[in-house]
Amino acid sequence: MAGYILRRLLQAIPVFIGTTFLIYFMVFALPGDPIIALFGDKTPNPAVVAQLRAQYHLDQPFVVQYLIYMGGIFRGDFGISFSGQPVTEILARTFPVTLRLAVIALLIETIAGILVGMVAGLRKGKLFDGTTLAISLILISLPVFVIAFVAQFVFGVQLGWARTTVGEGAPTIDLILPAIVLASISFAQIVRLTRSSVIETSSLDFVRTAYSKGLGRGRIIPVHILRNSLIPVVTYLATDFGVLLVGATVTEGIFNVPGVGNTLYQAIIRGEGPTVVSFVTVMVLIYLLVNLAVDLLYGLLDPRIRYVK
Amino acid sequence: MSNEFTPVPSTGPATQERSRNHFVAPLEETPLVAIDVVKVAEKPSNLWIDAWRDARRRPIFWISGVLILLVLVVAVFPGLFTSVAPNNDCQLALSNGGPTAGHPLGFTKQGCDVYSRIINGTSTSLTVGIIVILLTTVLGVVFGAFAGFYGGWIDSVLSRIGDIFFSIPYILAAVVIMSVLAQYRSVWTISLAIGIFAWPSTARVLRAEILSVKQSDYVMASEALGVSKLRILFRHVLPNSIAPVIAITTISLAAAIVAEATLSFLGVGLGSDIMSWGNEINQAQRDIRTHPQTLIYPSVALSVTVFAFILMGEVIREALDPKARALR
Repeated sequence: MAGYILRRLLQAIPVFIGTTFLIYFMVFALPGDPIIALFGDKTPNPAVVAQLRAQYHLDQPFVVQYLIYMGGIFRGDFGISFSGQPVTEILARTFPVTLRLAVIALLIETIAGILVGMVAGLRKGKLFDGTTLAISLILISLPVFVIAFVAQFVFGVQLGWARTTVGEGAPTIDLILPAIVLASISFAQIVRLTRSSVIETSSLDFVRTAYSKGLGRGRIIPVHILRNSLIPVVTYLATDFGVLLVGATVTEGIFNVPGVGNTLYQAIIRGEGPTVVSFVTVMVLIYLLVNLAVDLLYGLLDPRIRYVK
Repeated sequence: MSNEFTPVPSTGPATQERSRNHFVAPLEETPLVAIDVVKVAEKPSNLWIDAWRDARRRPIFWISGVLILLVLVVAVFPGLFTSVAPNNDCQLALSNGGPTAGHPLGFTKQGCDVYSRIINGTSTSLTVGIIVILLTTVLGVVFGAFAGFYGGWIDSVLSRIGDIFFSIPYILAAVVIMSVLAQYRSVWTISLAIGIFAWPSTARVLRAEILSVKQSDYVMASEALGVSKLRILFRHVLPNSIAPVIAITTISLAAAIVAEATLSFLGVGLGSDIMSWGNEINQAQRDIRTHPQTLIYPSVALSVTVFAFILMGEVIREALDPKARALR
């Protein structure tokens, strides 16, 4: 186990360096200028530009900029946003909200997805199965902002069941509608995954043996079929948690949820290039760390994984 | 010459002579029936012919096919569907107006014709989708094929590069690229921004397939015949492992269309001078409470197009993968 953890951590180092380097390289090598872009159509004052360049170390060579940034990360310093706040301070305020949203979304998609997928798989070819498959394909086809607007319009504006915007310091109950929107696409994927896994498991020999031993469906379905079908679903859920944490930009923006994604959304809309870059870097790091944690947890749960190179 | 080694015809004097010494059971052959007939002239079946036979029997193949054809025709010949110019005839007096004769879907906030803007935005979405899948397929095939076929250090290096690109969610990467390229927004830059981070999944699929295909006997036979490695890869291994890549291509196209719309919606996609469904949705979102129709129509166009490609992708995937066929 110690060997597995060490190997996995060592593997993470080049990816960590590579991703941060790649983001920095893109910003440095691409022809656009984030500082000039900040001024839009106006002609910027050269002194202000020079001052901003010095503040963000943009006047230094690329490798120096990168090393300064990496040094900062290891000291817990992710830079300063364009509004003058340290990025870590913004994160401390916004990350708990994003985490809450992601957890609620994960709960919704897990419970609903597995339940619907299981019923569809057990009734393969029936009406419920066909309807579920069709609905899941439609959900996968809908871009998340379309789902968000429809939900906002129907449940927020027309029915008045939920508030259309969440805002600062809102109670958890207000997060449910954005969480449902966030969960919808993953929900469809989980339904399809659970369904195919249940169908595959149901045709295996040990299930037939269980039936021929005279066990009832009440025992075979939860114990024999479901438990063995859930392995790929749990794998998907684990990686999806990382996606939910960093992929909520559009949802948080539309519902004005005061999370990390919304901060990025506002920065994108205002065209604050450097803030966008530092938040994307932070999100990629969160994504990498969650995936690393999931992998380590997996090694703990499933001994087979430790031996696969 | 000894009698023992003379070939004996099945009937004839020699058999009769033998049957005196040995018991020979009578032939119990069922006569050949229609099903046993081997049509020598018929083209031998293969994966692609089987897939086509499977796909054409399914109604959703024809439904999605007709939808995709319609989208293609709209994209190539927008003039067939509308004669209203999307940008020039805008009148602020008609801002957010309802449908009138000749303008079936009403007007945008700027007083432009919604229907015409949707029709003229079609080609943008499709162009981005096609450029992105060309890019991801080329990059994915090059990386996946060499990593899977050569193995060893080549595999390690190529796979680690893929891991790095895979670790950055491609929407986030595209957001960064497009905010840096603020002055250079076009169909090409946005396709590049999406495609440059979307290829590792194609590479992974192909690599896994090649790892199993290169164990085949015909690969060993080619090696024994002295065929060069590169020729084996391109003549034998690649054609036999490309099916899963084709299967995910249509779905990638749908994902690319969504990615373009999302970036344009966020305001870092295409410039406002380019007709795009994402831009339309972006412009309309502020008036969602009062004038939802300007938001809904481009969303419907976008969703239906994506749905058609996702459906087609499902049909192709199931047709090319016998294991997936068993699940329906």
